[in-house]
Amino acid sequence: MTALESPGLAVDPEERARAKRRRNEKIGQWVLPLLVVIVTILVWDRIVTVNELPHYILPGPGLVVEALFEDWEMLSDSLLVTLRITLGALAIAVIGGVGLAVLFTQSRWVEMSFFPYAVILQVTPVVSIAPLIFIYVENRMAGLLICAWIVAFFPILSNTTLGLNSADHNLRDLFKVYGATRWQKLRFLQLPSALPYFLGGLRIAGGLSLIGAVVAEYVAGTGGNASGLAFRILEASYRLNIPRMFAALLLIALTGVIIFAILSLVSHLLLRKWHESAIRREN
Amino acid sequence: MSHVDKVFGRDVVALKDMNLDVREGDFISLLGPSGCGKSTALRLIADLIHPTSGRIVWDIAKEPGALSVVLQEPTLMPWATVADNVYLPFRIQGKPRSSVRNDIAEALDLVGLGTFHGAYPRELSGGMKMRVSIARAMVTRPKLILMDEPFAALDEITRFKLNNDLLEMKQKMESTVIFVTHSVFESVFLSDRIVIMAARPGRVIDELGVDEAYPRTEDFRTSADYAAHCRRASDALKHAMELGQ
Repeated sequence: MTALESPGLAVDPEERARAKRRRNEKIGQWVLPLLVVIVTILVWDRIVTVNELPHYILPGPGLVVEALFEDWEMLSDSLLVTLRITLGALAIAVIGGVGLAVLFTQSRWVEMSFFPYAVILQVTPVVSIAPLIFIYVENRMAGLLICAWIVAFFPILSNTTLGLNSADHNLRDLFKVYGATRWQKLRFLQLPSALPYFLGGLRIAGGLSLIGAVVAEYVAGTGGNASGLAFRILEASYRLNIPRMFAALLLIALTGVIIFAILSLVSHLLLRKWHESAIRREN
Repeated sequence: MSHVDKVFGRDVVALKDMNLDVREGDFISLLGPSGCGKSTALRLIADLIHPTSGRIVWDIAKEPGALSVVLQEPTLMPWATVADNVYLPFRIQGKPRSSVRNDIAEALDLVGLGTFHGAYPRELSGGMKMRVSIARAMVTRPKLILMDEPFAALDEITRFKLNNDLLEMKQKMESTVIFVTHSVFESVFLSDRIVIMAARPGRVIDELGVDEAYPRTEDFRTSADYAAHCRRASDALKHAMELGQ
């Protein structure tokens, strides 16, 4: 009865437990992964020290960080090169993927004619196409971009096509009744419908363009000043400079994580107002 | 609409020899069991599909905004605010937002959602979403509004309220309405003409007049006249069901 008389004061024990659980989950989300990293590094360090492993077999974490600082000038230059290829390929993948998807949804004939080739391009491993590309494309940068693009564009193309085609049928009818032009239907109905699908594809493509860039660098293999991180890894392995290999690897992994985080943030910002995926349930 | 047939596929006759004369200011209900071609008739009038034979003749100008539809689902764009959803018909006509701001506000006031213009559809209840859908249909002051079981998915209390409001709006807008429903009570309360349809093949079998003056209020819903009209419509519907067996 007291709860009914003074609803503002009574705290439901279930509610309280839920609030506590939510708070703990929020903390755990950050603390637990951090803990795992710290423990891993400590164990790694112990294994290396206790077994007295030589640094050309497995360097300790301290040595890797040291290499990262010592070779920073060279590694950061290479990071910029890899980053440029990755972002360039992603940009072309977005333009090409969305452009082709729009073309596909405008004409069934175009889709039927070209979609199989998009699939072929996707399922053929890029390592097997890359050597050919580097034979025919003189410019090394252009070759790298093409390789990374091949890997990255497909998820954008297929997701955006799916999204453009999944506009609500009743809304399509409505647009028809109001006499919308093809362009208006695309602009006001199909593109907004496709946005969540496109963003899903974009997140995958972000990671893939980095993979594409790294793989292409391996295949291209040529050195010089304008070499990416993959080439640094190759070069370091020839010289048995294992700490530098680890340092370069660390940079590649970090780049991938940052790209993913940025694209997730973009996706969240664009969808948070209306899309189911971005809305937290209230109860 | 005269002698209209619609055949789907090879031999599914959705509508057979349908004749319907719609006069300005009518509130016509198409009442019948599932599969009687009510929705097909509506889609034919909306020009979403074309008759296999027969003709649909318009003696009003089919200018943009003269015709609008309300479907069973609210069919709102989830990425757009309430005001943007209502703006849609004008946007397709190419009218700039500033020139129709008052019309949008007026339409939203009419359905009682004046303060919700910035809300997103997901924040609204089912009844409110349907109100937005109706506001969108009314905003161009159409000559003819086609409604395809708009309130079928709503609870009865909300439905009664929306029935009352719809009549009020129609009165204000001086529109003509063709309303598809499978509810006898709804059709009697709303319309001045009830077209009874039967299935297999879809066809018109009867037409009843409901000669009761507008505006109709809640009192009409409980009156003896209303009950009598409902009985007549129910009998006609029963007959239609038997024919469709």
